[in-house]
Amino acid sequence: MRATVLVRPKAGILDPQGQAVETGLRHLGFAVDRAHVGRLVELDLPTDDEADARAQVERMCEQLLANPLIESYEIELRT
Amino acid sequence: MPRPRIPVVVFPGSNDDRDAQRALERLGAEAPRVWHLETELPSDTAAVVLPGGFSYGDYLRCGAIARFSPIMGPVVRFARDGGLVLGICNGFQILTEAGLLPGALRPNESLSFVCRDVGLEVSETQSPFTARCTERRRLTIPVKHGDGCWFADPDTVEELDATGRILLRYAEGENPNGSVDDVAGVVNEHGNVFGLMPHPEHAVDPLLGSTDGALILGSLVDSARMSEAAPV
Repeated sequence: MRATVLVRPKAGILDPQGQAVETGLRHLGFAVDRAHVGRLVELDLPTDDEADARAQVERMCEQLLANPLIESYEIELRT
Repeated sequence: MPRPRIPVVVFPGSNDDRDAQRALERLGAEAPRVWHLETELPSDTAAVVLPGGFSYGDYLRCGAIARFSPIMGPVVRFARDGGLVLGICNGFQILTEAGLLPGALRPNESLSFVCRDVGLEVSETQSPFTARCTERRRLTIPVKHGDGCWFADPDTVEELDATGRILLRYAEGENPNGSVDDVAGVVNEHGNVFGLMPHPEHAVDPLLGSTDGALILGSLVDSARMSEAAPV
């Protein structure tokens, strides 16, 4: 089973990278209201049990992949 | 006077370990550099320093991977037993990621790497890390980092402030990175673990423009000497 983890800066936390990207896109002439820069982690897991995979990846996020103090995460699973 | 033993941990990517070693030795400590694969601290360790640098290439988040180094188990136990631990810059990032200090270090607000002297205010001198600052609370010490923007939620900041745990702040107008409440260094609940973004080890020789770093590292050496003298 493949898990895709999206890690984002939490709402309200300063995101200078997002701001820089936003400014850059505006310079290129694009209309952008907001940009946030996060991180994507792709994992191949030795299980086909979705509940089990989700529970494992949530623990991975809490313990390492995200810093829950400043980042939120979202998990997508597919077989 | 006895020379307290203050090991400096070297991770892959540490680059201020020799400066820290030299500064501590100059201030009267014995400061062996200890490779991160070691599974115990040297005998008679009186304090531990986690130096600056870019451990593990800052992969994932600054300091996030270093906490898995074998030496970190003994360092965390040493800290939990009340041992003095100082984290400088990347060392500060490692201590927050290891859960030994509150908050997190984020990319600088400017997104630029900053490398310059900054003015600092010592908020508390009743600490093993700032005891020598009683006569001099305004310090000049260099910073050099890309991810030094300390963040904690407002309740945490208020509690840290009320309990005197924000030992060091950037002086007015000197905040180089956007840190919340101008925080430059915080101490843990028991007062024995301190992390700061400025580099005291780069400010111990008049040749380099300031010797104010010696007040912080000298405080640590004094405290380590006292903790060594105290029966455990």
